[in-house]
Amino acid sequence: MAEVLLPRKMEIANDPSKFESPDLLHVLAVIDSHVDRKFIERLLRVSSCKVTVVDSATRALQYLGLDVEEKSVGFEDLKVNLIMTDYSMPGMTGYELLKKIKESSAFRQVPVVIMSSENILPRIDRCLEEGAEDFLLKPVKLSDVRRLRDSLMKVEDLSFTKSIQKRELETENASPVHSQLKRAKI
Amino acid sequence: MNTTVVAQLQRQFQDYIVSLYQQGFLDSQFSELRKLQDEGSPDFVSEVVSLFFDDCSKLINTMSRSLEQPDNVDFKQLDSGVHQLKGSSSSVGARRVKNVCISFKECCDVQNREGCLRCLQQVDYEYKMLKTKLQDLFNLEQQILQAGGTIPQVDIN
Repeated sequence: MAEVLLPRKMEIANDPSKFESPDLLHVLAVIDSHVDRKFIERLLRVSSCKVTVVDSATRALQYLGLDVEEKSVGFEDLKVNLIMTDYSMPGMTGYELLKKIKESSAFRQVPVVIMSSENILPRIDRCLEEGAEDFLLKPVKLSDVRRLRDSLMKVEDLSFTKSIQKRELETENASPVHSQLKRAKI
Repeated sequence: MNTTVVAQLQRQFQDYIVSLYQQGFLDSQFSELRKLQDEGSPDFVSEVVSLFFDDCSKLINTMSRSLEQPDNVDFKQLDSGVHQLKGSSSSVGARRVKNVCISFKECCDVQNREGCLRCLQQVDYEYKMLKTKLQDLFNLEQQILQAGGTIPQVDIN
Protein backbone atom coordinates (compact mmCIF):
# COMPACT_ATOMS: atom_id res chain seq x y z
CA MET A 1 0.00 0.00 0.00
CA ALA A 2 1.47 3.36 -1.01
CA GLU A 3 2.26 5.90 1.66
CA VAL A 4 0.22 9.05 1.48
CA LEU A 5 0.80 12.59 2.63
CA LEU A 6 -0.56 13.27 6.09
CA PRO A 7 -2.32 16.49 7.00
CA ARG A 8 -0.38 18.85 9.21
CA LYS A 9 -1.93 18.29 12.62
CA MET A 10 0.39 20.88 14.19
CA GLU A 11 -1.06 23.57 12.00
CA ILE A 12 -4.60 22.75 13.03
CA ALA A 13 -3.75 23.00 16.71
CA ASN A 14 -2.19 26.42 16.28
CA ASP A 15 -4.75 27.82 13.87
CA PRO A 16 -8.36 26.84 14.58
CA SER A 17 -9.62 28.57 11.43
CA LYS A 18 -7.77 25.96 9.38
CA PHE A 19 -9.45 23.10 11.20
CA GLU A 20 -11.82 21.94 8.48
CA SER A 21 -9.86 21.82 5.24
CA PRO A 22 -6.70 19.92 6.25
CA ASP A 23 -8.85 17.01 7.42
CA LEU A 24 -10.55 16.60 4.06
CA LEU A 25 -9.11 14.50 1.29
CA HIS A 26 -7.82 16.84 -1.36
CA VAL A 27 -8.42 15.31 -4.76
CA LEU A 28 -6.90 16.53 -8.00
CA ALA A 29 -9.16 15.46 -10.86
CA VAL A 30 -7.79 15.47 -14.41
CA ILE A 31 -10.66 15.22 -16.89
CA ASP A 32 -10.93 16.48 -20.45
CA SER A 33 -14.71 16.22 -20.90
CA HIS A 34 -16.69 19.19 -19.62
CA VAL A 35 -19.67 17.03 -18.70
CA ASP A 36 -17.49 14.58 -16.77
CA ARG A 37 -15.66 17.39 -15.01
CA LYS A 38 -18.88 18.79 -13.63
CA PHE A 39 -20.15 15.36 -12.69
CA ILE A 40 -17.02 14.11 -10.97
CA GLU A 41 -16.40 17.38 -9.19
CA ARG A 42 -19.86 17.12 -7.67
CA LEU A 43 -19.37 13.42 -6.85
CA LEU A 44 -16.24 14.31 -4.93
CA ARG A 45 -17.74 17.30 -3.13
CA VAL A 46 -20.76 15.27 -2.07
CA SER A 47 -18.28 12.74 -0.70
CA SER A 48 -16.76 15.52 1.40
CA CYS A 49 -13.57 15.90 -0.54
CA LYS A 50 -11.80 19.09 -1.39
CA VAL A 51 -11.57 19.17 -5.19
CA THR A 52 -9.28 20.75 -7.73
CA VAL A 53 -10.26 20.03 -11.32
CA VAL A 54 -8.07 20.53 -14.39
CA ASP A 55 -8.84 19.77 -18.01
CA SER A 56 -5.57 18.19 -19.14
CA ALA A 57 -2.52 16.29 -17.98
CA THR A 58 -0.37 19.31 -18.87
CA ARG A 59 -2.39 21.50 -16.53
CA ALA A 60 -2.15 18.85 -13.84
CA LEU A 61 1.63 18.94 -14.10
CA GLN A 62 1.55 22.72 -13.95
CA TYR A 63 -0.60 22.58 -10.84
CA LEU A 64 1.80 20.16 -9.19
CA GLY A 65 4.83 22.16 -10.27
CA LEU A 66 6.15 19.22 -12.27
CA ASP A 67 6.09 20.93 -15.64
CA VAL A 68 9.44 22.58 -15.08
CA GLU A 69 12.65 21.02 -13.78
CA GLU A 70 14.00 22.23 -10.45
CA LYS A 71 10.79 23.97 -9.42
CA SER A 72 11.41 23.91 -5.71
CA VAL A 73 9.60 26.99 -4.47
CA GLY A 74 5.95 27.01 -3.47
CA PHE A 75 5.00 23.37 -4.00
CA GLU A 76 6.32 21.78 -0.82
CA ASP A 77 3.14 22.93 0.94
CA LEU A 78 0.80 21.52 -1.68
CA LYS A 79 -1.15 18.65 -0.21
CA VAL A 80 -2.83 16.35 -2.66
CA ASN A 81 -4.18 13.13 -1.21
CA LEU A 82 -5.47 11.56 -4.40
CA ILE A 83 -5.19 12.10 -8.12
CA MET A 84 -7.99 10.85 -10.36
CA THR A 85 -7.31 11.01 -14.05
CA ASP A 86 -8.93 9.99 -17.31
CA TYR A 87 -6.89 7.53 -19.32
CA SER A 88 -7.73 8.80 -22.81
CA MET A 89 -7.03 12.48 -23.18
CA PRO A 90 -5.78 14.51 -26.13
CA GLY A 91 -2.10 15.37 -25.80
CA MET A 92 -0.68 13.60 -22.78
CA THR A 93 -2.62 10.53 -21.67
CA GLY A 94 -3.48 9.59 -18.11
CA TYR A 95 -0.95 6.80 -18.34
CA GLU A 96 1.84 9.24 -19.23
CA LEU A 97 0.71 11.51 -16.41
CA LEU A 98 0.84 8.56 -14.02
CA LYS A 99 4.43 7.86 -15.04
CA LYS A 100 5.47 11.47 -14.53
CA ILE A 101 3.88 11.55 -11.08
CA LYS A 102 5.57 8.32 -10.06
CA GLU A 103 8.89 9.70 -11.27
CA SER A 104 8.62 12.79 -9.10
CA SER A 105 10.01 12.75 -5.59
CA ALA A 106 7.37 15.17 -4.31
CA PHE A 107 4.29 13.28 -5.50
CA ARG A 108 5.23 9.66 -6.19
CA GLN A 109 3.51 8.57 -3.01
CA VAL A 110 0.19 10.17 -3.91
CA PRO A 111 -2.27 7.48 -5.01
CA VAL A 112 -3.30 7.82 -8.64
CA VAL A 113 -6.56 6.37 -9.91
CA ILE A 114 -7.11 5.93 -13.64
CA MET A 115 -10.60 6.22 -15.14
CA SER A 116 -11.60 4.79 -18.48
CA SER A 117 -14.76 3.88 -20.35
CA GLU A 118 -12.96 0.97 -21.96
CA ASN A 119 -12.44 -2.32 -20.18
CA ILE A 120 -9.15 -3.22 -21.84
CA LEU A 121 -7.21 -5.68 -19.71
CA PRO A 122 -3.70 -4.94 -21.04
CA ARG A 123 -4.37 -1.26 -20.41
CA ILE A 124 -5.47 -1.93 -16.85
CA ASP A 125 -2.43 -4.16 -16.29
CA ARG A 126 -0.09 -1.50 -17.59
CA CYS A 127 -1.53 1.14 -15.30
CA LEU A 128 -1.42 -1.03 -12.23
CA GLU A 129 2.15 -2.09 -13.05
CA GLU A 130 3.11 1.54 -13.33
CA GLY A 131 1.83 2.09 -9.80
CA ALA A 132 -1.79 3.16 -10.20
CA GLU A 133 -3.78 2.71 -7.03
CA ASP A 134 -6.91 1.63 -8.82
CA PHE A 135 -8.62 1.59 -12.19
CA LEU A 136 -12.22 2.75 -12.40
CA LEU A 137 -14.54 1.88 -15.25
CA LYS A 138 -16.68 4.80 -16.34
CA PRO A 139 -19.32 5.88 -15.78
CA VAL A 140 -18.15 6.50 -12.24
CA LYS A 141 -20.68 6.06 -9.47
CA LEU A 142 -21.03 7.56 -6.02
CA SER A 143 -20.25 4.17 -4.49
CA ASP A 144 -16.93 4.04 -6.41
CA VAL A 145 -15.84 7.35 -4.95
CA ARG A 146 -16.94 6.45 -1.44
CA ARG A 147 -15.12 3.14 -1.59
CA LEU A 148 -11.98 4.92 -2.78
CA ARG A 149 -12.23 7.54 -0.12
CA ASP A 150 -12.84 4.98 2.61
CA SER A 151 -9.88 2.84 1.61
CA LEU A 152 -7.59 5.88 1.56
CA MET A 153 -8.99 6.98 4.87
CA LYS A 154 -7.71 3.79 6.47
CA VAL A 155 -4.19 4.94 5.65
CA GLU A 156 -4.66 8.54 6.73
CA ASP A 157 -6.21 9.38 10.06
CA LEU A 158 -8.90 11.73 8.86
CA SER A 159 -11.31 11.93 11.77
CA PHE A 160 -13.57 14.39 10.00
CA THR A 161 -14.02 12.01 7.09
CA LYS A 162 -14.70 9.16 9.52
CA SER A 163 -17.70 11.00 10.95
CA ILE A 164 -19.06 11.50 7.45
CA GLN A 165 -18.69 7.80 6.73
CA LYS A 166 -20.65 7.04 9.87
CA ARG A 167 -23.42 9.42 8.85
CA GLU A 168 -23.57 7.90 5.37
CA LEU A 169 -23.89 4.41 6.83
CA GLU A 170 -26.79 5.55 8.96
CA THR A 171 -28.68 7.07 6.03
CA GLU A 172 -27.99 4.06 3.85
CA ASN A 173 -29.38 1.70 6.46
CA ALA A 174 -32.52 3.81 6.57
CA SER A 175 -33.08 3.55 2.81
CA PRO A 176 -30.96 0.90 1.10
CA VAL A 177 -29.18 1.90 -2.05
CA HIS A 178 -27.91 -0.56 -4.58
CA SER A 179 -24.24 -0.01 -5.23
CA GLN A 180 -22.46 -1.83 -7.99
CA LEU A 181 -18.84 -2.72 -7.55
CA LYS A 182 -17.28 -2.07 -10.90
CA ARG A 183 -13.76 -2.60 -9.82
CA ALA A 184 -11.54 -3.94 -12.57
CA LYS A 185 -8.45 -4.73 -10.51
CA ILE A 186 -6.68 -7.91 -11.53
CA MET B 1 -50.19 23.93 0.03
CA ASN B 2 -52.84 21.92 -1.74
CA THR B 3 -51.81 18.41 -0.83
CA THR B 4 -54.01 16.78 -3.46
CA VAL B 5 -52.42 18.84 -6.22
CA VAL B 6 -48.95 18.06 -4.91
CA ALA B 7 -49.73 14.35 -4.66
CA GLN B 8 -51.07 14.35 -8.21
CA LEU B 9 -48.00 16.12 -9.55
CA GLN B 10 -45.70 13.79 -7.66
CA ARG B 11 -47.56 10.83 -9.11
CA GLN B 12 -47.24 12.30 -12.59
CA PHE B 13 -43.53 12.87 -12.06
CA GLN B 14 -42.99 9.36 -10.79
CA ASP B 15 -44.86 7.78 -13.70
CA TYR B 16 -43.07 9.93 -16.23
CA ILE B 17 -39.57 9.26 -15.01
CA VAL B 18 -40.27 5.53 -14.73
CA SER B 19 -41.53 5.52 -18.31
CA LEU B 20 -38.33 7.20 -19.47
CA TYR B 21 -36.32 4.39 -17.91
CA GLN B 22 -38.64 1.71 -19.24
CA GLN B 23 -38.55 3.08 -22.76
CA GLY B 24 -34.78 3.09 -22.64
CA PHE B 25 -34.21 6.83 -22.83
CA LEU B 26 -32.40 6.75 -19.51
CA ASP B 27 -30.38 4.17 -17.63
CA SER B 28 -29.27 3.81 -14.01
CA GLN B 29 -26.50 6.37 -14.43
CA PHE B 30 -29.21 9.04 -14.53
CA SER B 31 -30.20 8.00 -11.01
CA GLU B 32 -26.57 8.46 -10.01
CA LEU B 33 -26.90 12.07 -11.21
CA ARG B 34 -30.08 12.55 -9.21
CA LYS B 35 -28.36 11.28 -6.07
CA LEU B 36 -26.04 14.26 -6.32
CA GLN B 37 -28.83 16.83 -6.34
CA ASP B 38 -30.06 18.34 -3.09
CA GLU B 39 -31.47 21.58 -1.67
CA GLY B 40 -27.98 23.07 -1.83
CA SER B 41 -27.61 22.15 -5.51
CA PRO B 42 -31.21 21.94 -6.76
CA ASP B 43 -30.33 22.43 -10.43
CA PHE B 44 -27.41 20.06 -10.65
CA VAL B 45 -29.07 17.53 -12.95
CA SER B 46 -30.47 20.10 -15.35
CA GLU B 47 -27.09 21.86 -15.45
CA VAL B 48 -25.20 18.70 -16.29
CA VAL B 49 -27.65 17.59 -18.96
CA SER B 50 -27.61 21.08 -20.40
CA LEU B 51 -23.82 20.81 -20.77
CA PHE B 52 -24.35 17.42 -22.35
CA PHE B 53 -26.81 18.74 -24.92
CA ASP B 54 -24.41 21.58 -25.79
CA ASP B 55 -21.72 18.95 -26.28
CA CYS B 56 -24.03 16.95 -28.55
CA SER B 57 -24.78 19.95 -30.70
CA LYS B 58 -21.12 20.92 -31.08
CA LEU B 59 -19.86 17.41 -31.73
CA ILE B 60 -22.60 16.68 -34.25
CA ASN B 61 -21.66 19.83 -36.16
CA THR B 62 -18.00 18.87 -36.21
CA MET B 63 -18.73 15.31 -37.25
CA SER B 64 -21.11 16.48 -39.94
CA ARG B 65 -18.31 18.53 -41.46
CA SER B 66 -15.95 15.57 -41.27
CA LEU B 67 -18.45 13.57 -43.31
CA GLU B 68 -19.20 16.21 -45.93
CA GLN B 69 -16.74 15.28 -48.67
CA PRO B 70 -17.35 11.69 -49.79
CA ASP B 71 -13.74 11.13 -50.82
CA ASN B 72 -12.21 13.06 -47.97
CA VAL B 73 -13.71 11.80 -44.72
CA ASP B 74 -11.59 12.31 -41.64
CA PHE B 75 -12.44 9.07 -39.87
CA LYS B 76 -9.91 9.72 -37.17
CA GLN B 77 -11.56 12.96 -36.16
CA LEU B 78 -14.93 11.27 -36.47
CA ASP B 79 -13.85 8.50 -34.14
CA SER B 80 -12.64 11.04 -31.63
CA GLY B 81 -16.00 12.85 -31.72
CA VAL B 82 -17.95 9.63 -31.32
CA HIS B 83 -15.73 8.61 -28.42
CA GLN B 84 -16.41 11.90 -26.65
CA LEU B 85 -20.13 11.68 -27.28
CA LYS B 86 -20.26 8.09 -26.09
CA GLY B 87 -18.41 9.08 -22.95
CA SER B 88 -20.59 11.97 -22.00
CA SER B 89 -23.85 10.20 -22.86
CA SER B 90 -22.71 7.33 -20.70
CA SER B 91 -21.92 9.67 -17.81
CA VAL B 92 -25.39 11.21 -17.77
CA GLY B 93 -27.34 8.01 -18.44
CA ALA B 94 -28.51 8.96 -21.94
CA ARG B 95 -28.95 5.35 -22.96
CA ARG B 96 -30.30 5.65 -26.50
CA VAL B 97 -27.73 8.26 -27.46
CA LYS B 98 -25.00 6.05 -26.09
CA ASN B 99 -26.25 3.03 -28.02
CA VAL B 100 -26.25 4.94 -31.30
CA CYS B 101 -22.66 5.95 -30.52
CA ILE B 102 -21.72 2.29 -30.23
CA SER B 103 -23.05 1.61 -33.74
CA PHE B 104 -21.48 4.83 -34.94
CA LYS B 105 -18.08 3.72 -33.72
CA GLU B 106 -18.45 0.43 -35.59
CA CYS B 107 -19.16 2.34 -38.81
CA CYS B 108 -16.10 4.51 -38.20
CA ASP B 109 -13.93 1.48 -37.60
CA VAL B 110 -14.75 0.04 -41.02
CA GLN B 111 -14.79 3.49 -42.65
CA ASN B 112 -18.39 3.15 -43.73
CA ARG B 113 -19.39 6.69 -44.66
CA GLU B 114 -23.03 5.86 -45.41
CA GLY B 115 -23.37 4.10 -42.08
CA CYS B 116 -21.77 7.04 -40.34
CA LEU B 117 -24.18 9.46 -41.98
CA ARG B 118 -27.12 7.35 -40.81
CA CYS B 119 -25.75 7.19 -37.28
CA LEU B 120 -25.15 10.91 -37.25
CA GLN B 121 -28.75 11.51 -38.18
CA GLN B 122 -29.90 9.10 -35.53
CA VAL B 123 -27.77 10.58 -32.79
CA ASP B 124 -29.08 14.01 -33.66
CA TYR B 125 -32.64 12.73 -33.45
CA GLU B 126 -32.07 10.92 -30.15
CA TYR B 127 -30.42 13.75 -28.29
CA LYS B 128 -33.12 16.20 -29.36
CA MET B 129 -35.81 13.74 -28.33
CA LEU B 130 -34.19 13.27 -24.94
CA LYS B 131 -33.83 17.01 -24.53
CA THR B 132 -37.58 17.45 -24.97
CA LYS B 133 -38.38 14.61 -22.58
CA LEU B 134 -36.09 15.92 -19.88
CA GLN B 135 -37.44 19.41 -20.27
CA ASP B 136 -40.89 18.01 -19.55
CA LEU B 137 -39.47 16.20 -16.52
CA PHE B 138 -37.80 19.33 -15.16
CA ASN B 139 -41.02 21.29 -15.72
CA LEU B 140 -42.87 18.75 -13.60
CA GLU B 141 -40.23 19.16 -10.91
CA GLN B 142 -40.73 22.91 -10.93
CA GLN B 143 -44.48 22.53 -10.67
CA ILE B 144 -44.10 20.27 -7.65
CA LEU B 145 -41.75 22.71 -5.95
CA GLN B 146 -43.96 25.68 -6.72
CA ALA B 147 -46.94 23.83 -5.27
CA GLY B 148 -44.91 23.44 -2.09
CA GLY B 149 -44.08 19.76 -2.51
CA THR B 150 -40.86 17.79 -2.65
CA ILE B 151 -39.45 15.84 -5.58
CA PRO B 152 -40.00 12.10 -5.05
CA GLN B 153 -37.03 9.74 -4.77
CA VAL B 154 -37.45 7.12 -7.45
CA ASP B 155 -35.69 3.80 -7.05
CA ILE B 156 -34.84 2.29 -10.41
CA ASN B 157 -33.85 -1.35 -10.24
